[in-house]
Amino acid sequence: MYVYDDFDWAFLEQRVSEFRDQVRRRLSGELTEDEFKLLRLLNGVYLQLHAYMLRIGIPYGTLSSAQMRALAHVARHYDRGYGHFTTRQNIQFHWIKLEQLPDAMAYLGKARLHGIQTSGNSIRNVTTDQWAGVAPDEIEDPRVWAEVVRQHTTLHPEFSFLPRKFKIAITAAQHDRAAIKIHDIGLRLHRNGAGETGFEVLVGGGLGRTPFIAKSIRPFLSKRDILSYVEAILRVYNQFARRDNLYKSRIKILVHDLGAEAFAREVEAEWQYIKDGPLALDPAVIAEIAARFRYPDYARLDDDPPELASLRKADRRFDKWVTNAVANHKVPGYTIVTLSLKPEGGPPGDATSDQMDAIADLADRYSFGEIRVGHEQNLVLPHVAQRDLAGLWRALDAIGVATPNLGLVSDIIACPGLDYCSLANARSIPIAQELTRRFRDLNLAHDLGRLHINISGCINACGHHHVGHIGILGVEKNGEEFYQITLGGRADERAELGKLLGPAVPYAKVADVVEEVVAAYLELRERPNETFVETIKRLGVEPFKERVYATH
Amino acid sequence: MTSPLEQKLKVKGPVVVTANRLRDGAVIYRTAAGGWTTQIRGAAIVTTTPAAQDLLKGAVADDVGAVGAYVAPVEVSDEHGVRPGNLRERIRVAGPTIALPEISAPALSAMRRA
Repeated sequence: MYVYDDFDWAFLEQRVSEFRDQVRRRLSGELTEDEFKLLRLLNGVYLQLHAYMLRIGIPYGTLSSAQMRALAHVARHYDRGYGHFTTRQNIQFHWIKLEQLPDAMAYLGKARLHGIQTSGNSIRNVTTDQWAGVAPDEIEDPRVWAEVVRQHTTLHPEFSFLPRKFKIAITAAQHDRAAIKIHDIGLRLHRNGAGETGFEVLVGGGLGRTPFIAKSIRPFLSKRDILSYVEAILRVYNQFARRDNLYKSRIKILVHDLGAEAFAREVEAEWQYIKDGPLALDPAVIAEIAARFRYPDYARLDDDPPELASLRKADRRFDKWVTNAVANHKVPGYTIVTLSLKPEGGPPGDATSDQMDAIADLADRYSFGEIRVGHEQNLVLPHVAQRDLAGLWRALDAIGVATPNLGLVSDIIACPGLDYCSLANARSIPIAQELTRRFRDLNLAHDLGRLHINISGCINACGHHHVGHIGILGVEKNGEEFYQITLGGRADERAELGKLLGPAVPYAKVADVVEEVVAAYLELRERPNETFVETIKRLGVEPFKERVYATH
Repeated sequence: MTSPLEQKLKVKGPVVVTANRLRDGAVIYRTAAGGWTTQIRGAAIVTTTPAAQDLLKGAVADDVGAVGAYVAPVEVSDEHGVRPGNLRERIRVAGPTIALPEISAPALSAMRRA
């Protein structure tokens, strides 16, 4: 966990008090809505269909148990008893009242949580691998760098009013769990030929109306230069991006219009001015930030305790869950446990206050008080001893977060859609719920293997539908909900945009079509371990299209 | 963003003016008396563009009572009275179409206090 200091705390208190005064002035009519809107958006407050929504940033997806309890408290006392974990490792409360927001924020502030830069045209939560710091395949903890970037860009005056919102993601592992290629800036920590660790820099990724996979503009950047280089990218973006057209204002459009090479040349030229200035990182500063990440005092344990093997043998449900939800850890005798927030028939990513409190208690008991949020809208206990798995599983099962469906067809990513969001054209959650019912058979789900379904209720693509193995996009046609379906997208290190299957289908047909696509995959795959995306890659969408549109 | 008063408005059937209440975001409707109600059946219903523009103008002028006023279609029948005219408005009236978690006692009392 990162340990905040008194400066952070004093700043948050001051910010809450400032917002309290802004709300007071708005409610009294001193501030107009036009004046206030900008202020509330600086604090993560949106107005949605039925209520205000408060988005709380969870830096690089790391939460303490105390912070999780604070979220549970706010959900229980200021909202309707639940929250929604998002695809950017944040949480949203959908029923919060403006007049109660300052109190809710003050409560969250005590737990060092806030909504600053979770909305508006600013640099949003810097996201990373939810397994950061514990994944065996990473070369170092990427959260240190996420924190460096967070500290530098938070309230940075030059980057508070960018042409549009700006999202940065960092990974340090071979397998990209942070979807860096669909971010405005993606940073990949790796080692060069000389064994030195640095960043590959990618820019211009993003989904929405005009989706692009990020382009690599620098294969290796020394760690010392990370801030100056990010700043150079932001300066070029700030200078050249379109501010006259909302739909063309993201950096992906600039990179596309200029071309990645020309964009890179602009960045390099800008960088020359600042690279050896105050932004060149002093190793002592990095060491100080790194030292604020406290790692657990792990016990000395052996891998594969014999009691675990016998418990797995004795209980097939437990065994299935271990196979699906438990991953290897850097430290012997420990594991990384993912909690599924995708129960059959449930809204993806939602957790109730009671679940949050229970997870906080379990984190204290089994995971050194630490919890992570992943962009797939699931939670993680990152430091669980293998000998504790059975006890933990029973407790997780009792609160409904042990469905062994991670990475499978019913582990659906979905935005809130038209059930909450004022931008949406169509509902996302009921589609997801119906699909989880259709694919409730976990044996089938395991036979299908890795299969990500992503659903967005509008073209803004908060559900990342373009990079779903099966992507579902809600559109409106003559007042009715229709859904475009894409196949073959992926968000990992081999990121790709899905291809359109065919004409949009009505709400009532979506689950049937997905079932048809899945049935076609089972017939068309070359071998049982050829994954869904591999089959699409080999055959294209045509065989699927023929089957689906012949039937419907 | 373009003011609702500057946006093109073409009324082809019965419409109401709706917004969100400033203090809590609740869905509200403009009444004929120039106030607001949370009940769609209490909304002023107009059927022409000039009448809708007038209703909207009054609503937008109340910047403290309501946020984001706009014109929304409704269906009016003897059998059902006034009902929202599209899915988005139905969801605004009735809430999400999905089952929500049971509201805990503290949340419920907070809602009542508000």
